[in-house]
Amino acid sequence: MEQRTEEVSRKSRILQALEDQHTSVSFEDALENDMILNMGPQHPATHGVLRLLIRLDGETVVGCVPEIGYLHRGYEKLAENCTFHEFIPHTDRLDYLSPLSNNTAYVLAVEKLLGIEAPPRAQYLRVMISELARISSHLMFLGSLAMDVGALTVWMWSFREREKQYDLFENIAGARFTTSYTRIGGLAQDVSPETLAMVKTFVDELPGHILECEKLLNTNRIFLERTDGIGVISTGQAIDLGFTGPGLRACGVGHDLRKANPYLVYKDLDFDVPVYTGGDALARYYVRMDEMRESVKLIQQVLQKMPAGDVHAFKPKKVLPRKEQVYTKMEELIHDFMIVNFGIEPPVGEIYSAVEAPKGELGFYIYSNGEGSPWRLKIRSPSFVNLQTLPIMMKGCMISDVVAIIGSLDPVMGEADK
Amino acid sequence: MNARIVEALKTRFGEKAIEASEFRGELTLVVPGESIVEVCRFLRDDPVFKFDFLADLSGLDMFTPAKRFAAVYNLYSLSNKHRIRLKVFTEEEDPKLPTVTGVWGTANWHERETYDMFGIVFEGHPDLRRVYMPDEFEHHPLRKDFPLMGIPGSLPLPKK
Repeated sequence: MEQRTEEVSRKSRILQALEDQHTSVSFEDALENDMILNMGPQHPATHGVLRLLIRLDGETVVGCVPEIGYLHRGYEKLAENCTFHEFIPHTDRLDYLSPLSNNTAYVLAVEKLLGIEAPPRAQYLRVMISELARISSHLMFLGSLAMDVGALTVWMWSFREREKQYDLFENIAGARFTTSYTRIGGLAQDVSPETLAMVKTFVDELPGHILECEKLLNTNRIFLERTDGIGVISTGQAIDLGFTGPGLRACGVGHDLRKANPYLVYKDLDFDVPVYTGGDALARYYVRMDEMRESVKLIQQVLQKMPAGDVHAFKPKKVLPRKEQVYTKMEELIHDFMIVNFGIEPPVGEIYSAVEAPKGELGFYIYSNGEGSPWRLKIRSPSFVNLQTLPIMMKGCMISDVVAIIGSLDPVMGEADK
Repeated sequence: MNARIVEALKTRFGEKAIEASEFRGELTLVVPGESIVEVCRFLRDDPVFKFDFLADLSGLDMFTPAKRFAAVYNLYSLSNKHRIRLKVFTEEEDPKLPTVTGVWGTANWHERETYDMFGIVFEGHPDLRRVYMPDEFEHHPLRKDFPLMGIPGSLPLPKK
């Protein structure tokens, strides 16, 4: 009862102060109690529909509970009810900042299940599109992290580059955003020499533009103070929590699936895996900046080394035939009909296939019982697992660092929520 | 590598406890539910195998009368760059498995997701709440008897 009267008197004191237009009302023990701050799901700095419940002591974060699931669309259930080919467009909607990389990851998993391989030209092109997707994702990271800590120019500059990339994607896949470019056993279509010339111009110019952004950030006192030593995670904790991608490489672990378990033609290409040891937001930023340069190196090598030839494997019962052949040849018409209506009929078995997506290890676990659609398809999405590290990174930081930490983690909710 | 892992596990846990199969070069080990935590801890702490990284944990609904549900653990060794898969079956009535959050912290959210989607209860889990679906939702959507179009009325809409 006594407490209540105190509360009422407090309220009325605030009210009175407001009415009197005093701005200097103060209480002796205003910070005595913890406060729960609900951030999101609709919040510009949470990069989608991430919701955080943050317990605050004054301005210091005491604890944090991430809540996800606001973008859950049930892709794993959908996958069980559509054929292997029909699922390719759904992979665009996982990590929607790098759809080409998801397309590649998914068809690699199905090809592993089927035991087939795409022809060399398709493999080189898949490396090229995966690296373009990595650049696209990291540019988004660069722009949004810089914007989260208050540097709006970098956002504009990185989006200028991403705009050029979307033009490339449009020429490569026919769509800017939802590309659905890969096919089981190959690609939707070959890339024209004009587009390859555009890609070459883009990657030749990109390092200069990255340098421009770095000039704004790397010696910028505000940027450094907002990221240096913020959101630290130790190597042991990172491995225990399944952290992958640039975040893990910023903790001093040089784990990159492109080097560790090479897929496609990565073992024929020369590139380095940048590793930093800070484990903080700044280290994650450095890793991604270096990775963009490595991706440029990879694409330049692909453009030099890429052989001519077909981009579809010759496996009539597994790989969709070309449209012009479907309309003119009997055999291809039959195969097209069978694949579209009944699926590719993979063997009975289970596989797990993972690639190094821009955000970490993107894996597909497929359990097949020999039918045209997967019995179970599990998507191991890097953002889902990486978000688990948020409570550790946030503990003890200031409320203003929260957006910097989320920005440095670079989660995409389309992928975390599936 | 695969043969050595099978041999080591069979000497440690008995010939009958481990059931091994291989497909496309990937080793799958079926492990009894009660010994999954010891198997995981053994594989993580073994100085040769060092499976220090749980890449993925997923549920599986076989839709059979016996051994209906399974949990699938995809393990990875950062030093050996090697993958294996563990599989544990549980029954349709009252599906329960011991948690492996004590072995790998990352299992926390994965087990929450498996509980949410399949209804497998992980005993000893520190915070077993639904991760995607609302807390008051009664069904488990990735079970094979849950229809694709959902169950009308199962997701309560806000009152007008």
